[in-house]
Amino acid sequence: MSNASPGQQSRSAPSSQARSAPFLTRLRPARVASYLAQVGPPRGGGEPTESVAALHAHLAETQAPPTLTLAHNTGLAAALRHARYILSENVVTGFAFALFILIVLAALIGPYLLPYDPLASDTASALKAPSAAHWFGTDQLGRDVFSRVVVATRLDFLIAVTSVALVFLMGGLAGVAAGFLGGWTDRVVGRIADTIMAFPLFVLAMGIVAALGNTVENVVLATAIVNFPLYARVARAEANVRREAGFVLAARLSGNGEMRILLAQVLPNIMPIMVVQMSLTMGYAILNAAGLSFIGLGVRPPTAEWGIMVAEGAVFMVSGEWWIALFPGAALMVAVFCFNLLGDGLRDIVDPQRRT
Amino acid sequence: MTQAVPLLDIADLTVEFSTRRGVVRAVEHVDVRVGKGETVGIVGESGSGKSVTSYAVMRILDRAGRIVEGAVRFTGVDVRAASEEEMRDLRGREMSMIFQNPRAALNPIRKVGRQIEDVLKQHSQAGSFALTDKAIEMLDQVRIARPRERYHAYPFELSGGMCQRVVIALALACRPQLLIADEPTTGLDVTTQKTVMDLIVELTRERGMSTILITHDLGLAATYCDRVVVMEKGRVVETAPAREIFTAPSHPYTRKLMRATPRPGASLRDLVPEGDVGLRPGQGASSVCSLPRVRGRGGEGVAENAPSSLAPPPCPSPASGGGDDVAPPFVVRGAMPASSSARTDSAARSHANGGAPLLLVEKLVKEYPRKRLGEGLAKILAPKPAPEPESFRAVDGISFTVARGESVGLVGESGCGKSTTSTMIMRLIDKSDGVIMFDGEDIGAIPAKNFAKLPLRRRIQMVFQDPTDSLNPRFTAARAIADPILRLGAAKGRGEVRARCEALAAQVGLPLPLLDRFPHQLSGGQKARVGIARAIALSPDLVVLDEPTAALDVSVQALVLNLLQDLKESLGMSYLFVSHDLNVVRLLCDRVIVMRAGRIVEQGSTADVLNSPQAQYTRDLLAAVPHPTFA
Repeated sequence: MSNASPGQQSRSAPSSQARSAPFLTRLRPARVASYLAQVGPPRGGGEPTESVAALHAHLAETQAPPTLTLAHNTGLAAALRHARYILSENVVTGFAFALFILIVLAALIGPYLLPYDPLASDTASALKAPSAAHWFGTDQLGRDVFSRVVVATRLDFLIAVTSVALVFLMGGLAGVAAGFLGGWTDRVVGRIADTIMAFPLFVLAMGIVAALGNTVENVVLATAIVNFPLYARVARAEANVRREAGFVLAARLSGNGEMRILLAQVLPNIMPIMVVQMSLTMGYAILNAAGLSFIGLGVRPPTAEWGIMVAEGAVFMVSGEWWIALFPGAALMVAVFCFNLLGDGLRDIVDPQRRT
Repeated sequence: MTQAVPLLDIADLTVEFSTRRGVVRAVEHVDVRVGKGETVGIVGESGSGKSVTSYAVMRILDRAGRIVEGAVRFTGVDVRAASEEEMRDLRGREMSMIFQNPRAALNPIRKVGRQIEDVLKQHSQAGSFALTDKAIEMLDQVRIARPRERYHAYPFELSGGMCQRVVIALALACRPQLLIADEPTTGLDVTTQKTVMDLIVELTRERGMSTILITHDLGLAATYCDRVVVMEKGRVVETAPAREIFTAPSHPYTRKLMRATPRPGASLRDLVPEGDVGLRPGQGASSVCSLPRVRGRGGEGVAENAPSSLAPPPCPSPASGGGDDVAPPFVVRGAMPASSSARTDSAARSHANGGAPLLLVEKLVKEYPRKRLGEGLAKILAPKPAPEPESFRAVDGISFTVARGESVGLVGESGCGKSTTSTMIMRLIDKSDGVIMFDGEDIGAIPAKNFAKLPLRRRIQMVFQDPTDSLNPRFTAARAIADPILRLGAAKGRGEVRARCEALAAQVGLPLPLLDRFPHQLSGGQKARVGIARAIALSPDLVVLDEPTAALDVSVQALVLNLLQDLKESLGMSYLFVSHDLNVVRLLCDRVIVMRAGRIVEQGSTADVLNSPQAQYTRDLLAAVPHPTFA
């Protein structure tokens, strides 16, 4: 026997063994008690009766006080426990979550906590290096870079979130429909995705914003369109796998129409993978928006936005005022980094293989 | 047996897995000895630790698992202490393994001949010039016809049985001393199972090898093994020679397994312990009595047709009427064949009554276009039009009927068209030709995609083969059961639907608190019950059961089969039971239809077909069911 195949087998088999192993052996007395509290006394039926009887026996043996932990099985508590387990196993994901919370806080309440008005220019203190008064220094108009970086979080975050939500609605739904219905729907969605993929994506985004008009809304739309193929393809692949699944057949037998099966049965099942996808493309969306601003599309000065700030600061790099471009650039990098790490972490959390 | 120096000595083995819920002991203090040339069977239900034991022997446990206690000695080598290098040398050359799913064990993108060469090369069993000849010789030894041709085949080009033969060839290529076969025939048809098992036994005997056969099938183990080790929950409960274990099992768990295994001469109620039947209120004691009740409802003239011993209602015999521990099993067993023949009578009677059958299938055909490799390319390249695409008849003109209240078994091996037939009857796919009449309506004429929302939909329901696959992982049990009620049922409003769900759960013996759980929080048997509850939610007239117990352990299967029988009796449904397992069909069905290659080879009452089969194919099927001759 070659070495590869036993290895593969062994990886999957014992875990399934552990899953299907008589769960009694795994239960602590307190768990048994809470299980009993939910299941109640033995009642009619085959093996549930047996297991309950066995549980009683087990309980009698261990003499555990019957404590009630009803929250034990509610969805939220279970989800939290699961998240905690993943985080404890993967410190990097925990770090990404902390970073994510920081970004969200900065976007939500950051503007109210600022030391300076991000738009107020003060030529007397222009181009000051970072100091205790101005943590990130000041720019050519004397505006506080720190305040501008924090304020820009909201705009950049908003652009990313709305464009990702939009592309999920367009690409995700189109992809699920293509994968589940097949035929013409599949062909049309597939060709649209191919067409978009045929362009260099950033150039396409530039073109869209240039053609539709230089507004934030169009930046959002362009970012969404550019991401469409990614979502459509992932959703299509996931839906296609479930097209002939037993539960879909069962839903047909229950009198569900195809559209209802698509939306109520198939879509919820591919949501986890879509959430991962969304998290991963958030970083790209932020980059895209900043990139468009950098070349002068979308957001316009004097609005605080990371891309514009980098573009403005780039001029001063040569003369030694590095902080103007560096800090917004670093913020951009941290945000993208955070979303990418988060995507990896979420993938671990939704991966059923990890739910042992 | 060579008791002095066993080839493999597993002593006091304990294996633990560290999971997020703490440490799980998968195997506890297991002692197994395998002598030279001996065949030992390890039998147990899922979760009994039988596979983990064998993985520990090969030391291929995954990272979470480790041997915490005990020793595994193989030809004097301490497997636990051996280095990874030594183990790599042992695996494949001295001991090898056959896995459950042959397709997964073979590399899909490598020719099978090459894969055999890989093993030979790994253990330098042959010079590079002789490799190909050696590989072909191995293929020949596992009875693969035209080995020189098959050397170049990819796994997907071979059938399941053929793939398993290749895996056997791989395992035996280096002439190991010990072969571990982990459920080698699960998922294969009975006739294939027989040939594969015969092959393993013959080859290992020829070479004087020892074999460990891991299986959940006590009959299979008893047929092919010298000794049988029975495991339950990580412990060995009984070790005895095969004959002894089969004729006089001493441990209660072994007895329970034996009892739960469907076999000729046993009735449905024999499969579950008497105590269990007694536990079910309104099912145990009355289940025997409910037979006459159904007959009474079925029509008049009960007394004339029923055997005289069964004539006095409400209970057929005082002995079975008790239905508790007091009644010795043989009394019950004596009573059941009589009542099962009564069931056959009731079916025959409804024919005689002239009532139109519930389901009438006539000359049903399903054709699939046969796709050929590179057809598209050929179409582009070839100047002349491509030849007429051949079609493949999955179902080739079959006709049968199902009467009201009757259960009909549709039996055949994989690929015989039984599932295609059942999905056509379910109106999930369209027929190519023929007639499907349901209660006088030509449902075959209604396109499958329009059928979902018709009121007729609720009268034909189905229980699926894989209880896990057929439940939406994101729906709770209650939501799954409620689905047909919400779409097609009469119940309106949350409370009413919930009440109906709870009533159904009670009917199928699913504890109510489990209703709010998700499928992954339920056991296989519980999931099967959810699937059944969903199928009967709309009180259908016909339920198609597509191997509803194939994925379950025998003891759970016994309970589910009994449940199905009880439900049929209390709700008066008809069953079309699709299965490959003749012993299961024997238990539940009044009539049997045997299919092969899309055609019906034989049909008739269960007793006739299974006791005096006319067609050779039926005889082959029956003969292939592993059953030890000494029993």
